[in-house]
Amino acid sequence: MESRITTRIRQTVAAGYKAMGIFITSGFPNPDVTLEILNAIDAGGADFIELGMPFSDPLAEGLPIQQSSERALAAGASMKTTMEAALRFRAGSDTPLLLMGYLNPVIRFGVSNFFQTAASCGVDGVILPDLPPSERPLVAGAAESAGVDVIQLIAPNTSDERIRLVDDVSSGFVYAVSITGLTGTGHGQSGAVNQYLRKARTLVTHNPLLVGFGISSHEDAMRLSEHTDGFIVGSAVIRKVDALYGDSSLTSAERAAALSRFVRDLKQGSSQA
Amino acid sequence: MTSILDTPSETGRFGDYGGIFVPEILVPAVEELLAAYREAQRDPAFQAELDQLLHTYVGRPTPLTFANRLTDELCGPRIYLKREDLCHTGAHKINNTIGQILLARRMGKTRIIAETGAGQHGVATATVCAKFGLECIVYMGAEDIERQNLNVLRMRLLGAEVRPATSGSQTLKDATNEAIRDWVTNVEDTFYIIGSVVGPHPYPMLVRDFHRVIGRETREQLQKAEGRGPDALVACVGGGSNAMGLFYPFLGDEGVAMYGVEAAGEGLDGRHAATLTLGSPGILHGAMSYLLQDEDGQIELAHSVSAGLDYPGVGPEHAFLKDVGRVTYVSATDDEALEGVKLLSRTEGIIPALETAHAIAYLPKLAKTMTPDQIVVLNCSGRGDKDMGTISRYI
Ligand SMILES: Cc1ncc(COP(=O)(O)O)c(C=O)c1O
Repeated sequence: MESRITTRIRQTVAAGYKAMGIFITSGFPNPDVTLEILNAIDAGGADFIELGMPFSDPLAEGLPIQQSSERALAAGASMKTTMEAALRFRAGSDTPLLLMGYLNPVIRFGVSNFFQTAASCGVDGVILPDLPPSERPLVAGAAESAGVDVIQLIAPNTSDERIRLVDDVSSGFVYAVSITGLTGTGHGQSGAVNQYLRKARTLVTHNPLLVGFGISSHEDAMRLSEHTDGFIVGSAVIRKVDALYGDSSLTSAERAAALSRFVRDLKQGSSQA
Repeated sequence: MTSILDTPSETGRFGDYGGIFVPEILVPAVEELLAAYREAQRDPAFQAELDQLLHTYVGRPTPLTFANRLTDELCGPRIYLKREDLCHTGAHKINNTIGQILLARRMGKTRIIAETGAGQHGVATATVCAKFGLECIVYMGAEDIERQNLNVLRMRLLGAEVRPATSGSQTLKDATNEAIRDWVTNVEDTFYIIGSVVGPHPYPMLVRDFHRVIGRETREQLQKAEGRGPDALVACVGGGSNAMGLFYPFLGDEGVAMYGVEAAGEGLDGRHAATLTLGSPGILHGAMSYLLQDEDGQIELAHSVSAGLDYPGVGPEHAFLKDVGRVTYVSATDDEALEGVKLLSRTEGIIPALETAHAIAYLPKLAKTMTPDQIVVLNCSGRGDKDMGTISRYI
């Protein structure tokens, strides 16, 4: 059976749009506002949401996501608050929800317990950046029996053979990292990125293909997703949330409206807002 | 179950530990490294060049010194010191950096990065980069830059750029995070010279292999001096490279007891770095091993007076050797380590590194359980000059 994530991406593409995934760190800037942030992102038209599980040592992240993780933990975020936010979000929405984060907290939670709990909180998939396909057996059984997708990633330096391998094992979609670098890094020579994504498009045949890392505007998104089914925005959303919640003159309703607008603009471009 | 001598497996496992838990971007890099290492192992010219450098540049073989006054003082076994403190740059670390830079050159990498805690690995890396004419960037926790300032000056003099890691605890864990982030960003031209038997496969294996010369020489030298092998081996364990180097060639000798000494910091009920003693399995820096972590799987801050042991992880092979019971892991506090510095300085005229001092601190306890006809070898992993600032504050 096709998962909720895959189905949603395919439907969006069939309707003539690029699917948009929005990342936000759970518990940032504090756990009390995670639900309202998720709802605002949902209202802005995200096709799916990635909820980051904060970790003390996020290896592949640039500064914005690193710092959001640090601040979330300092504000009391935990696996428990993340699962609760997912559950409460799911009660009001059927937008696909993913958890994204590093393996250690998952292992500490207990791999099987983690996937069962995630599934019962309405989580559809996980992205674990420090889990390459060769280590997938650590979670594959538990994920499958819970019915949770495990999304694998490719990067510009991934060989054709490995791209095929990733496509074979990944479920939900294949996540194409746009750069050899960290989240939140900009793009240099876009010609090379374009070539890599075009090639990936021909090699990824079982799953939808989405591009992420370093997308901060509608224009970035459209340019990079030319050869993909959609795109994912993370650090730019973190920066927006940071600015909105750092501005004490705003009410929660104003913050939510501004965040929804920001998300909608990422998808449609500001002229159509 | 895997035999203790037949590790790691093809997939980099030591029992359940080890593995390759890295972002996809780094997978080609570790695969390329493994291939280059396998090829180098089959190439007699590689081994010849390594041996030559170890001999004429590092100063190997290092002596095995009979510690007669320490032996007399402790009234237990005959104590020998494997003198890694006499390696060029003052610690065992250079055995590994020489090996890895030869691999880097083979692989055509032009830019070298490293992490460092005490600065000994940073100095050893900066040294070989100078010798081979390669660009060198060393990540070091901001706190460690402070407490190991002499080594920072040495690295800079050797032409390396020292970049402070300002996140988290600002110590070795964070320097390692920053080094890995650099590697992710510059993977095409950059070689990461990791400083201990940690990280994703094949690092724990190749770092161990480059250090096993310590144990191999010890066996030969002791045979010459005593006509027999040791009864016990003792080494300090941060990431665990000097300990693996000494232990590995003896793992199959059933009569040889092995003790790895971790840093108990302020005490096991306070802030410490006793990962194997009090930690639990998890994944950090690319491998499954024991970790200091909280209930939610967040990495806890380690603490030790010794910057080189101030790390909340440990090499996966040690995790395996602990679980199978082949090596006994114990710990020594900051205070005990400082007593260890004094003990070795006073009895043998050797000022040890604070890391090494943890191993020395365990000797009085071990000596009580052994007899005068027995032999113990302690890995004197480094000299204490770099620690004089810290030591002088305590004395
Ligand atoms: C002299 C000395 N001994 C020991 C260590 C600890 O490392 P390992 O456990 O990898 O030998 C260090 C690390 O900096 C060191 O400088």
